[in-house]
Amino acid sequence: MALIELRDVRKVYDMGAERVHALAGVDLDLERGEYVAIMGPSGSGKSTLMNLLGCLDTPSAGSYHLNGVAVESLNDVELAAIRNREIGFVFQTFNLLARTSALENVELPLVYAGVHRRERREKASRALARVGLADRARHQPSELSGGQRQRVAIARALVNSPSILLADEPTGNLDSATSEEIMGLFDDLHGQGNTVILVTHEAEIAVHALRRVLLRDGRVVSDERPAARDGA
Amino acid sequence: MVVAENFRIAFKALRANKMRSVLTTLGIIIGVAAVIAVVSLVQGLQYVITKELQGVGATYVMVLPAQDDNRGPGIVARQVRLTWDDGRAILDQVPGIRLMTPLIGGRATVKYRDRQHDPDFVFGVNQNWPEVSNYTVDRGRFFSRLDLAERRKVAVIGPDIVDELLLGPDPVGRPIYVGNLPVTVIGVMEKRGVSLGTDIDNLVFVPFDTALALFGRSAADQVQLRLQTDSAEVVEQVKDEITRVLRVRHRIAEGQPDDFEVVLQDEILKTVGSILGSVTAVVGGVVGIALLVGGIGIMNIMLVSVTERTREIGVRKAVGARRQDVLVQFLIEAVTLSLVGGGLGVGLGFALGAGVAKALPGDWPAAHVPLWAVLLALGFSVLVGVFFGIYPAGKASRLDPIEALRYE
Ligand SMILES: Nc1ncnc2c1ncn2[C@@H]1O[C@H](COP(=O)(O)OP(=O)(O)O)[C@@H](O)[C@H]1O
Ligand SMILES: [Mg+2]
Repeated sequence: MALIELRDVRKVYDMGAERVHALAGVDLDLERGEYVAIMGPSGSGKSTLMNLLGCLDTPSAGSYHLNGVAVESLNDVELAAIRNREIGFVFQTFNLLARTSALENVELPLVYAGVHRRERREKASRALARVGLADRARHQPSELSGGQRQRVAIARALVNSPSILLADEPTGNLDSATSEEIMGLFDDLHGQGNTVILVTHEAEIAVHALRRVLLRDGRVVSDERPAARDGA
Repeated sequence: MVVAENFRIAFKALRANKMRSVLTTLGIIIGVAAVIAVVSLVQGLQYVITKELQGVGATYVMVLPAQDDNRGPGIVARQVRLTWDDGRAILDQVPGIRLMTPLIGGRATVKYRDRQHDPDFVFGVNQNWPEVSNYTVDRGRFFSRLDLAERRKVAVIGPDIVDELLLGPDPVGRPIYVGNLPVTVIGVMEKRGVSLGTDIDNLVFVPFDTALALFGRSAADQVQLRLQTDSAEVVEQVKDEITRVLRVRHRIAEGQPDDFEVVLQDEILKTVGSILGSVTAVVGGVVGIALLVGGIGIMNIMLVSVTERTREIGVRKAVGARRQDVLVQFLIEAVTLSLVGGGLGVGLGFALGAGVAKALPGDWPAAHVPLWAVLLALGFSVLVGVFFGIYPAGKASRLDPIEALRYE
């Protein structure tokens, strides 16, 4: 059984005058431990797909099975639980809480998982150490560089040991040197056995992944595993 | 999610906007401060009055001439009279009366050598006064039946008079003047302090007939009667009998109103209670409005807060917050806001009550705010927070995570 199974998934936005088919029938299977780049021009439906995968949104039609569970049939509480335990989401704009220390930002998923304070502290510290920010735990986002903020966000995504790491243009707001550092981090995380799915429209970023899915107008137009790095 | 965590988040959010938070809770602060201040003053008043009335007991009855303005317009007012003859007739005809004294009061200057002083009142009473009104003589003695019968020129004075006239450590036996009347001091009343606006230490008592001589004929028609019944059970009956006797003596036709008033202690208590009740009701209304305004303020600021923190809500939902987690978070924030207001209000109200009590004359008891009032005020604050916080919190909890994350 695949980790993710999408069958004819559609997402339609009703804009009154016209209906936007952000996703127009997507079929996709992803296995545990994969490292996938979702590519495509702006407006092709990448973010829409990521939000569905991250259970932040539900499809208009079609089915999404995550670990064998039909996500479209879940209620708010169950979706929240999946977002909390199964998904680690990394955003282009970091989305850290302002006036809140790096450590507390990383702790956030554990708060909603009901983990006790001390264990929370420990796990969050370890996650921060994994992204190389052990010495910035007390800093607030406004005191960190863009790359450091994204590291904090990645630590937050990791902290609850999710099944999948989802990253929507994680380097979109970073310069190319910092982007390479962040991608190195994703490479490491994949090497440690994590499933990583990231959205990018930059080829230099996409080469890090082992599988590339190309979207156009809400459809998968190509899905390739370059032989050079296949079988890793 | 742990509630403690929510309180931490709430305090953090409130600290981030200190000024705004305090201004928002101003309505609550004022409302709660008003409750606490009034409760403390009413409690003080009740304490003073109850202490006073418990002193004279449930068997205490007052008979007063009616106020002239009680009579209807257009009727030629008959002179309202209540005399000691009325009192004696009551003693003769009404069973169940243990002791009675007439009471007339007036003002006169007292003098001793070159000192002079204006007491609050000069009262004319008979030998029963101390027992009827629960007063005790500290030094010397009160008048006896003999003093009255022989119209002796004697006086019993309050401790303040001793000080004012410089009567020294041994005032009994000193000759003083009450108005133009030379009298001998035979006793000093015990120190009692100020009660209900009257300084009872600043009074002079003279025998009833002596007072009549002092205040003239017209005073004899405006006598009050104070009496003690045999027991509390017969009080109502005594009141009815006095009414019957006086209506006959005053020739009041059936259907005409009494030209006198018989007042029982529990009626005074009831009157006081109803006055305090209406004070409380008025204040309650004001407080209700203040809390309403405060609540609307909280709702307003919470709506602002929810809008400002839309992205935060999105982030929280993205990492696993359920609707109820967000709901509880903002509800606790609203409650914390109103509770902080309530706490500040309790402090302010206590200070106000204490300040006013201090400014009032006499031995007003130190402001005492009972625990129930504090808990009630805080409880109401919580209710206001919940009531006016539920809508913004609900709004926050229903935000769509994607929309929230996309919010600029
Ligand atoms: N909330 C929305 N309401 C209406 N249209 C939307 C909404 N979100 C996305 N879309 C539309 O769906 C299409 C795909 O958007 P998106 O998934 O964000 O593309 P990408 O991330 O690939 O740039 C676009 O045409 C976009 O305008
Ligand atoms: Mg996008």
